[in-house]
Amino acid sequence: MLLKKKEREAAEIPSSSLADIAFLLLIFFLVTTTIDVDTGIGLVLPPPPDPTVPPPPIKEKNMLKLLVNSQGLILVNEKPAALAEVKELVIGFIDNKGTDPTLSDSPDKAIISLKTDKQTPYRIYIDVLDEVKGAYADLRDKASMARFGVKFDKLGEGPQKEVKEMYPQKISEAEPDKGN
Amino acid sequence: MAHFKKKSANTKQEVPTSAMPDIVFMLLIFFMVTTVLREVTLQVRVDFTKGENIEKIEQKRLVSYVYIGPKKLTGNQIGDTMVQIDDALVEDIKSIRRLMYDKLIEQPKLIVSLRVDQSAEMGLVTDVKQELREAGTLRINYSTKREVK
Repeated sequence: MLLKKKEREAAEIPSSSLADIAFLLLIFFLVTTTIDVDTGIGLVLPPPPDPTVPPPPIKEKNMLKLLVNSQGLILVNEKPAALAEVKELVIGFIDNKGTDPTLSDSPDKAIISLKTDKQTPYRIYIDVLDEVKGAYADLRDKASMARFGVKFDKLGEGPQKEVKEMYPQKISEAEPDKGN
Repeated sequence: MAHFKKKSANTKQEVPTSAMPDIVFMLLIFFMVTTVLREVTLQVRVDFTKGENIEKIEQKRLVSYVYIGPKKLTGNQIGDTMVQIDDALVEDIKSIRRLMYDKLIEQPKLIVSLRVDQSAEMGLVTDVKQELREAGTLRINYSTKREVK
């Protein structure tokens, strides 16, 4: 038998420039990446109304009506209010728990209805929405401080859900008026 | 006599570089994953409103943007308030319904970020919102910047 022994050179891909290529790509992605996070006020819209199903009955007192008119003036339950007062009024309304018979029964029944005109400036609308969100944030902070001893955003997922159930955000945006 | 020889001079002073490509690749992969290569040319002016109680959108991939603002004209002038989705201005508000519905089919967890100029009026925003409701894209987000005090 003939056994030929051949010393083969190991086939190698030159890898010395690998780092350079990787660096080049890295720099490209570094430059194109935008790290800035999108921030904003999140909302969930209600599904489109079903004409065959009548809207659920809501007690008048469980609804706080916020109206922003075309001049950017704010009416809270038909009474004019300044932007700075909105938060206090909303907190008082949600956290009423039956003390004032004209305000909400309990936080989970309270609904904030936000209505705007066609000419309402968007800026004012966002300001008002921000105040309402702020009212909820304050209440949730307070509740989580009382119950868990830490602020709401420091809570874990489970307790956070619990506090959210205590103060569910119910912000309704009224159907736009038809015809005008 | 004892002869002392200085010992320290013959060690090699080199930083090992064999692991460098691995480190670079790791960084590269990180940036590749986080990059979103989607940019639109804005045809409307969007000046963000400011807010305090805002939240972050963590998953940028779920977001689809709707721009509402006065149309940019040549020579630094601005025109009527228009709606822009992706790269095109929307002429007919009613067509948003179909556009957004198609996007929702592609990405069922879609979040619509409304980037509205602060001078816009609620009439148009409400119309767009009604269209979004019809399309079924119910998670929305009003883009605002953090208020600096």
